[in-house]
Amino acid sequence: MSKKVIATTSLAGCFGCHMSILDIDERIIDLVELVEFNKSPINDIKKFTKKVDVGIIEGGCCNSENVEVLKYFRENCSILISLGECAIMGGLPALRNGIPIEECLNEAYLNGPTVKLNTAKIIPNDPELPMILNKVYPCHEVVKVDYYLPGCPPRADLIWDALVALLTGTEMDLPYEVIKFD
Amino acid sequence: MNNTIKFKIDGKEIITENGKTVVEAAHQNGVYIPTLCNFPGSFSKGSCRMCTIKVNNRFMTSCTTPAAPGMEVESNTPEINEFRKSIIELLFVSGNHFCPSCEKSGNCELQALAYRYQMMVPRYPYSFPLKKVDASNPKIIKDQNRCVICQRCMKTIKTEKGEHYFAYLKRGNVLEVVMDKELGKEMTDELAKLAMENCPVGSIIYKEVGFVEPIGTRKYDKQPIGSDIDV
Repeated sequence: MSKKVIATTSLAGCFGCHMSILDIDERIIDLVELVEFNKSPINDIKKFTKKVDVGIIEGGCCNSENVEVLKYFRENCSILISLGECAIMGGLPALRNGIPIEECLNEAYLNGPTVKLNTAKIIPNDPELPMILNKVYPCHEVVKVDYYLPGCPPRADLIWDALVALLTGTEMDLPYEVIKFD
Repeated sequence: MNNTIKFKIDGKEIITENGKTVVEAAHQNGVYIPTLCNFPGSFSKGSCRMCTIKVNNRFMTSCTTPAAPGMEVESNTPEINEFRKSIIELLFVSGNHFCPSCEKSGNCELQALAYRYQMMVPRYPYSFPLKKVDASNPKIIKDQNRCVICQRCMKTIKTEKGEHYFAYLKRGNVLEVVMDKELGKEMTDELAKLAMENCPVGSIIYKEVGFVEPIGTRKYDKQPIGSDIDV
């Protein structure tokens, strides 16, 4: 049987969920037996080189690049998983959702107490920079998402059990301790 | 006069005294019915609908329904549990519930109910409403982002003379529970801590002691809400 293909990405996330993937410890050896990784920060493959079975998304969408990458994943992955609170509900970046975008940028680049060196009073607006969105969107409000693994970060056991169940087509057991939102 | 009444919840016999509500009788007999706005010892108003049950094929709130002899109550069924889960999801999307950054995480009843009913993601779109945080009181922070308007603080936190510290402000979808600024200045530490404890979510936070309990030792880290009642 050919190995299943996995891809991962971090959008508006902190890479904590990726750390939690690595937290499966020595089971990573079993994982290598089970899957091969395609586009992922773990192997630094930038573009999909084949059709992927499972795409794992960390982080929500806070700028145009996040939306582009998320759509790229949806097009190339049979199954898409939202991993962690940010992908599921915007998470900490979405704390800005109640604040008008202009106010956010002014605070970050002009008026914030730690802004000292921006004497030219520039708010970055280069065409090369991704445009910031009006608010942070959960992934499933941008594309269709198939599964959700909550947590901040999701427990390594939850990630492992979900992946094994998904890849081997077996039933998943969900003990109380693994579903947590923090 | 015999004061004992008998009825059934999901086929299990419940024995209680006349005058008890269904939820009180259920909890007395080791049958957990989830509640949120209901607070033992204070007036039940059936507003959050978490404790919904079915009697004679009709939905009722078990905190306002008096137990009656011979009643046949449905509670732990797939239909009712799905209905309860949808209420939890509605509460999550209608406020700003950022569990990872909340002091009440792990001790929060709304979160614990979401764990119990295995909410992976709400089926409704997030509304991200614009809400205010009032930190003007010396003892507590009242965060409207997390408030579920259960009225538990309004019902239980009072002065010795019976004056209420918390009250409604405005109406409709902008309704808020706010603190009386003048009365609030006189609030004792004990009462401020009790207010935080009685709040089912993290809307009332006792100042300067956030995140004291490590993850793993909090109320709902290991055991689901209601496991102290369930037999």
